Amino acid sequence: MQQSNGYVIGFAVVMTIVLGGLLATIAGSLNATQKQQIALDTKKQIMLSVMPEMSESPKSEIAAIYDKRIKVINVDGQTIAPEKLEKLSIAKEWKKLKEIQKALKAKEEPKVGEVTLPIYEFLSEDGSKVEAYILPMYGYGLWNDIWGYFALNADKKTVKGVVFSHKGETPGLGARISDGPVQDRYIGKSIFDGGSLTPIHMVKGEGHAGLSNHEVDGLSGATLTANGLNDMVKMYLEEYEPFLKKGASAVSMAQ
Amino acid sequence: MSTETVAAKKSEALFSKRRKKIITDPLDDDNPVTVQVLGICSALAVTSKLEPTLVMSVAVTFVVIFSNLIVSLLRNTIPQRIRIIVQLGIVASLVIIVDQVLRAYLYDVSKVVGVYVGLIITNCIVMGRLEAFAMANKPYDSILDGLGSSFGYAWVILVVAFFRELLGSGTLFDIRVLPEAYVNNGLMSSPVGAFIIIGMIIWVQRWRNGYVEEA
Repeated sequence: MQQSNGYVIGFAVVMTIVLGGLLATIAGSLNATQKQQIALDTKKQIMLSVMPEMSESPKSEIAAIYDKRIKVINVDGQTIAPEKLEKLSIAKEWKKLKEIQKALKAKEEPKVGEVTLPIYEFLSEDGSKVEAYILPMYGYGLWNDIWGYFALNADKKTVKGVVFSHKGETPGLGARISDGPVQDRYIGKSIFDGGSLTPIHMVKGEGHAGLSNHEVDGLSGATLTANGLNDMVKMYLEEYEPFLKKGASAVSMAQ
Repeated sequence: MSTETVAAKKSEALFSKRRKKIITDPLDDDNPVTVQVLGICSALAVTSKLEPTLVMSVAVTFVVIFSNLIVSLLRNTIPQRIRIIVQLGIVASLVIIVDQVLRAYLYDVSKVVGVYVGLIITNCIVMGRLEAFAMANKPYDSILDGLGSSFGYAWVILVVAFFRELLGSGTLFDIRVLPEAYVNNGLMSSPVGAFIIIGMIIWVQRWRNGYVEEA
């Protein structure tokens, strides 16, 4: 069966229009729900770094606590306006940071604008004091992006909890960075050695004993993901260093 | 009375012997994974845990059935010369729909399987069924064929996922079943484990059915 060229082209055009229109309609109508899901999920990840016991609770419940007890500030201690916060993407800020670092290395003037580094303050139940500072992070694992929320106690030195997540690390190997037991290894570790910043390092291999206060046990078979994780933690703690070195009291005064 | 019986003879029963065979053949004797050795790539990629595997099975079932149905309905209008790209367009659109719906309503699952859902487009089983069956058969038969083929695929990857999650993580559907003392077998977590298990399934099946590849 041989059709004319006109028929073939006509069929292709009609098919493209029908399928394109169909997909655009579906994507458009689901967009709002998807955005809502992503926002809820981000809030959940942030909250889990300070309240790991909520991991099985419904997202709406977690989001309610988030809205009540989280205050977002920048490194200078000023509150970030909600409309600015809505547009803020940690991934985009990370790309800017990378650009700046690259430019500094090449001794050029960075071409990107100012980087906003948000800090999520976790307030106590009555809102009188800060219980934890949650630092968002972003980086690259082995295959794709990784990100996390690094919660420090009010002393800005010891870790309250961490949440890591990833886009496409190997299941069972690198993907374990999002497992609770792996993240629990960070709890109680310290990011300062005396007065100097010492980012927590995930060591190579698993099952180590006698690790220092700045090291956590690694993931066997996932050294490259762990390297990405270490780079991310190091880079962001260094970015946040000025904020972390300021005493806790300085921030509460700026409120 | 007599006219009715003639009419009944002309139209085939909803589940006639021939139609039952369309469904049951791909489950065992003509299994897409173990006999036709199609769709191996996704069988390796998604099967490290049972939950994503189940979602993947449902997604593949949806895509195979609907692409079979659509292509079968259009089989006389699709121009021969561009039929592959037309089939691909239909499959890709269905896959995108599945992906979008998962993202909107099953966000947590989509975070896990999101990467692999896109891979359905390249799953040879889907294209294989369109080319081999839907292009030449009526819509209802094509739906049955899609059902059979996707179930044939689903049971194999579910069995693989069962063993991989059990031996690789000590869990089933993320619920701990093996004692904590069990040391996870890293080989099963990596795609190599899937190769070994699929190999064993093929071995057992061929030994049971006495199937020999034609030279």
